[in-house]
Amino acid sequence: MRPFQYTRAPSLAEASNLTAGENTLAIAGGTNLLDLMKLQVETPGQLADINRLGFADIEDTDDGGLRLGALATNTETAVHPRVRADYPVLSRAILAGATQQLRNKATNGGNLCQRTRCFYFTNIDQPCNKREPGTGCGAIDGIAKLHAILGTSDQCIATYPGDMAVALSALGANVQISGDRGDRSVPVRDFHCLPGHTPWIENVLEPGEIIVGIVLPAPVGATQIYRKVRERSSYAFALVSVAAVIELTDGKFSRADLAFGGLAHKPWHDPRVGRTLLGQPPSDVLFDKAADILLEDARGFGENDFKIPLTRRTLRAVLAQAAEDAA
Amino acid sequence: MADTITVNGTAHPIPDDPRVSLLDFLRQHIGLTGTKKGCDHGQCGACTVIVNGIRINSCLTLAAMHDGDSVTTIEGLGTPDEPSALQRAFLEHDGFQCGYCTPGQICSATAMLEELAADWPSDASESLEGRIAISGEEIRERMSGNLCRCGAYANIVAAIEEVVAGGRS
Repeated sequence: MRPFQYTRAPSLAEASNLTAGENTLAIAGGTNLLDLMKLQVETPGQLADINRLGFADIEDTDDGGLRLGALATNTETAVHPRVRADYPVLSRAILAGATQQLRNKATNGGNLCQRTRCFYFTNIDQPCNKREPGTGCGAIDGIAKLHAILGTSDQCIATYPGDMAVALSALGANVQISGDRGDRSVPVRDFHCLPGHTPWIENVLEPGEIIVGIVLPAPVGATQIYRKVRERSSYAFALVSVAAVIELTDGKFSRADLAFGGLAHKPWHDPRVGRTLLGQPPSDVLFDKAADILLEDARGFGENDFKIPLTRRTLRAVLAQAAEDAA
Repeated sequence: MADTITVNGTAHPIPDDPRVSLLDFLRQHIGLTGTKKGCDHGQCGACTVIVNGIRINSCLTLAAMHDGDSVTTIEGLGTPDEPSALQRAFLEHDGFQCGYCTPGQICSATAMLEELAADWPSDASESLEGRIAISGEEIRERMSGNLCRCGAYANIVAAIEEVVAGGRS
């Protein structure tokens, strides 16, 4: 690990000042950042420890929703009574990721900011436009089993690796951000970016901005499912995952909020997919039509071609299960 | 006052170099080599310790981040004469071969007993609510952060299952 200066941020304002400067990163749980620092993928000159700034509470909001502190751990969030009761897709998504030891340390804010697990990104001997702009993308003609099929560019085909944000996208949560130019709120669906010509930009955070919380809207009940398809049954990243919040009224879909993991540089939310389902009774033909729309622009890169039919089958299975559970 | 970490009841000063992981602090700085360095990347679980009652990978956290925290390592869990229930069960069920992953397995399982007592669900749990129904599947999922290259898993699960069953009324 390269030498760095460690500073315990005394206040949110100071943390913001520090991280607005060159080459300073905020550290919370550190499970992803320290791993990348050991690999010299990340080489910050300074770490600003934000762990003692206090925004770790999980509390009710005035409109009946729930605010998750950015410094609450993934475990504290997944096992919180209200998350389990009102947002089960979120508990399920968190519990489907990583290991108990990692979830015990990883924070909600850090989870949103975690980096891709693309093998070319994490190996400094390989070309990677994300890590070292202009060096090319090794994955496009290389080992690409975990890689994206939607929203890719000729610069980068990496995926966002997390599970939690996929559920947050389906639930329509918002990210609360604090910075020297004021506070703002960004929908989780708009928080992460597609790679385009700037694959090193992964989310909308500006220098000096820090995530302080995640706000879940008032619960809608509904049937909530998180299905994750992976190469082994525990401690593996998603090949494909689906977060679904589904309601049926009089035998027809009256709510269909869907988000997908493992497919793109961000949790994938395509509002056309849900709209296709609304007002229709469940059927295999309808599920295929939804998958056609979702996968209209899907493109494989050899090793990950299988993700296209796998996504179709996973979506069909989730919708069939949701229709059965909701009936 | 200097920053300190309390390990198995004794306070130790935190080293000046911020790069020192909690794992290296335990092994290199205060000589507690029971905690093992396997992958050093949070993938194998050999470095699992219990911090303020919660199990974490000590390789993926900096000692500097743990001022005032209380750490329990394998050295704090029992003695050769008075092993903990899990240590005794690992011996009885032959829950190891080379033994390198064992301190991490036992620290991990020790904290897991508390998680079960609090009825925290896992990915293997049928329901997110109510009492957790103990099964081999539950234990395997909850212990998936601890690898054993010798493949002693069947005996590790048997050892933990016995202690879990014994602790429940």
